[in-house]
This record gives sequence, C-alpha cells and structure tokens, in this order.
Amino acid sequence: MTMTRHLLFTAALLATLTASAQERYATRTGHISFHSDTPMEKIEAHNHKATSVFDATTGAIEMAVLMKGFEFEKALMQEHFNENYVESDKFPKATFKGKITGITAEDLKKPGSHAVTVEGDLTMHGVTKPVKASGTMGMEPTGAIRATGSFTVKPEDYNIAIPGMVRDNIAKEIVIKVQVDHTKM
Amino acid sequence: MRRTLSVLFFIATLAPLHAQDDLLGLLGEEEPEKEFTSASFKTTRVINAQSLENTAHGVMDVKISHRFGFLNLGISELFGLDQATVRIGMEYGVTDRLMIGFGRSSYQKTLDGYAKYKILRQCQSGCGMPITLSVFAGMSANMLEKEKTEWYAPGQEDYFTHRLGYAFQLIVGRKFSEALSLQLMPGLVHRNLVTTVEQAHDVLNMGAAGRVKLTKRLALNAEYFYVLPGQTRASVVEADRLDDPNPGFKNSLSIGFDIETGGHVFQLHFTNSTAMFERGVITETTGDWLDGDIHFGFNISRVFTLYRPKPKKV
Repeated sequence: MTMTRHLLFTAALLATLTASAQERYATRTGHISFHSDTPMEKIEAHNHKATSVFDATTGAIEMAVLMKGFEFEKALMQEHFNENYVESDKFPKATFKGKITGITAEDLKKPGSHAVTVEGDLTMHGVTKPVKASGTMGMEPTGAIRATGSFTVKPEDYNIAIPGMVRDNIAKEIVIKVQVDHTKM
Repeated sequence: MRRTLSVLFFIATLAPLHAQDDLLGLLGEEEPEKEFTSASFKTTRVINAQSLENTAHGVMDVKISHRFGFLNLGISELFGLDQATVRIGMEYGVTDRLMIGFGRSSYQKTLDGYAKYKILRQCQSGCGMPITLSVFAGMSANMLEKEKTEWYAPGQEDYFTHRLGYAFQLIVGRKFSEALSLQLMPGLVHRNLVTTVEQAHDVLNMGAAGRVKLTKRLALNAEYFYVLPGQTRASVVEADRLDDPNPGFKNSLSIGFDIETGGHVFQLHFTNSTAMFERGVITETTGDWLDGDIHFGFNISRVFTLYRPKPKKV
C-alpha cells in the first residue's frame, strides 16, 4: 500500500515536472502568403501578423491568422476577398492545429535547418480539413526558430464559391506559403 | 486515499494535455486592430448620388453611364431605347480619404469635376466611430454653343462664369449590417446664372439613399433628392403643374441593382433624372414617375490600380 502510494506520488510529480519543462516557442509576426497563378491573372496576398506557438517537446504547433490581415496588390481584390470569398466578418480567423515530425527539442538548440513534415487540421471559412505539408525547421543564426512550409488548398474544399465569370482568373489550387520565426516563450 | 491520489495523478497528467490543446491560448488575447468598415456600397455612386464610398488610394475608376429615353415614348422609340444620354467619367483616390473625379456629359455638353473627402470613417473594430461622414464639392460647366443655351438672347454677352454651377453635400451614413447601408445627404446647389426670376441661385436639398444587399454580388439601391419647395420653376409650366412645389421640376428618384463581377460593377436602374451630375440631377429633373417619364439606364464602373501604396508596417 505505501509502496503504491509512493509510486503514484512520484508519477504525479514527474507528470507535473514534464509539463513545466516543455520547450515552447511563439510569435505574433509570422508571414503567411497565398498565391493563385493562372494565365489570366496572378494574385497574391501577404499577412505578416500570423500567430504561432510550437511545443518542441511534443511537436505540437498551432497557428492563427486574421483573414482581414491579408494585403493584396489591388484594394478591390482585398475587399472582394473579405466580402465575397472568405466572408471575414463571419469567419474572421483561419487556424491550423497540427504536429511537426522530423525534429526534436535538441535539434533546436543549435543552428541548422531540418526537413520536417507537418500534419494537422486547417480551419478556414468555417470548414475544417486535414492538410499535410513538408517544410523545414531549425534555428537561425539570429537564434529564431524558423519554420517554413508550403501546401495547396482547393477553395471548393472550404465552401468558397468562385463564380463562373472569374473562374479562369482564380487558380483551382491555391498555394499557401508559411514562414514563421519563433522565439522562446 | 488511493482515490485522492488517482485524482491528483489524473489532474497532473491532464494539465500538460490541456495546455497542448490550446497552445495559442498561452499567448493571451490579441489587441483588436483598428479597422474601418468597408464596402458600405459597391461603388462610389449609389445611382446618380455620391455614396459613402471612395475609390481606394491609388485606384482609378472609369465610369461609363448611360440613360435611355423615357419608357413612355412607346414602341416607335422602342420605349426609349432609341435615345441616349451619356456621361463618361473618371475618379481617382488621392488618399484613402480624398477622391477626385471629372466627367463629360452629353446632357448640355457638361463638364463636371469634384472632390469628396471622408472626414469621419465608420469603425468596424478597435475604435468607436458609428458613422461615416464625407464632404462633397463639385463644379459643372455647361459647354453648349451659346445659340443653343436657354438664356441666350441675340447680342447678349456669353460669359463663361454664367455657365458654371456648384454642388455641395454632406454625406452621412452607416453600414448597419452586411445587408443594409443608409445615408443622408443635405446639400446645396448654386447656379451662377438662372433663366427666370423665380429660380433661386442657391437650391437647398436633402438626399437619402440606401442599399440592401441581396446576395454576395447583387444589391438593390434606391435614392431620392428632396428639393425644398418654392426654389425653382421652369420657364414653361403646364397648367396642371402650377401648384407643384417647384413647378416644372420634379424630385429625383432612382431605383436599381448593383451587379458586381470582379473588377466591374454594373448598375442597372430606373430613374426620372436625365442628367448624371449633381446640378442636373437635383435641380433639372423634369420626369414624372407617375406619367411614365422613367429612364432605363446603366452605369459601368471599372477599376484600375495605378499606384499601390506601401503596406503599413507591422
């Protein structure tokens, strides 16, 4: 009985210890861009205010970005993007929750770049879909923990309707590029 | 005892799990960013009236406006489709607040130029302004040959200043929801020369306009200009019109649809006004809706980005 009690105590203590020993990195100024490339029109938009938190002990990563923070080449495009396509007033944020594999907490202690895969759920326009991407992660000479990656999404998968009139102007698959420099929390 | 320990253990293991579930929560709430309401109307015009919207900084908007003849002209004129009044115009956003524009109409061969400045901007988040307030100032010049102008008598000197008119408006409005935007436009039209003594040089008026968004790309618009009574009177008035508030003239009423297709906005509408600039619309509308003096017409707006302002730094 006493033995079990001790064991349990130790286990509980260990569990709390691991919790506090987690290596977390975060930023509020991540760069996310998307690109639609057709013979008719090239569209790209950039957002430099993505938030991201990465937990190096578990590999868990979470990102969020305000849709209205995407800046387009053309003001009207930006207005239409928010008003007609992603409906930013109704769905203000896009979020990603996933896990990065191919890197350990130790890898992030010294400069270098490592190939990683990230897998998780992307929520946008009220729809959640699994996405998978390959990218890189590592410590920059500046000490920032940089994660980069790119993947493609189809607007139709997220219930984003493209009217027939502009179907040739908007790519079937939109490339999303991510580059976030985390700092230790 | 064992139970308490299990609970403790459970809580201890749960804590890090929970943290993983909401990593972003660790960063705390973000400061809401200051953001102004956008897209109260699809374009800078409701129909004939200026809307709350300006062209964005660096954007040029080319507007081709067209009014057919009155519907009541009957089949011989194909219900007005045989006739046309045109205005070709251009607008440019000098800043996000200041817009300038000019145009040329076939109606009295008029040249018009104007500026619209947003004094207050309705706030979507991060600030508290509930309305948008714009000030509009415009000028128009009748460029008809002097023999064709109404006031010309043989031998009379034709001063250019006589051909000028001015319009001033305050445009105050609010986008109440995605679906509904409303605005009021108290204004003054000044004519340098009027044709009869019954006509005031300064005509006070009040406009009202609104938009109901039906779908993402289709909206229903309406606008009305009320001219205070006794300010203007046509040189020739039909006998049964002598008791009108402004005999010979009517208040301008327009109803139409905005159809948006990417870079273009098509506005299709019915209006009793022939002109497409402020002085003409507010003080020179003669059509009577009840008599079928209704023009079918359209405005086409096409935007071009001429200059891209630098994105605001983080």
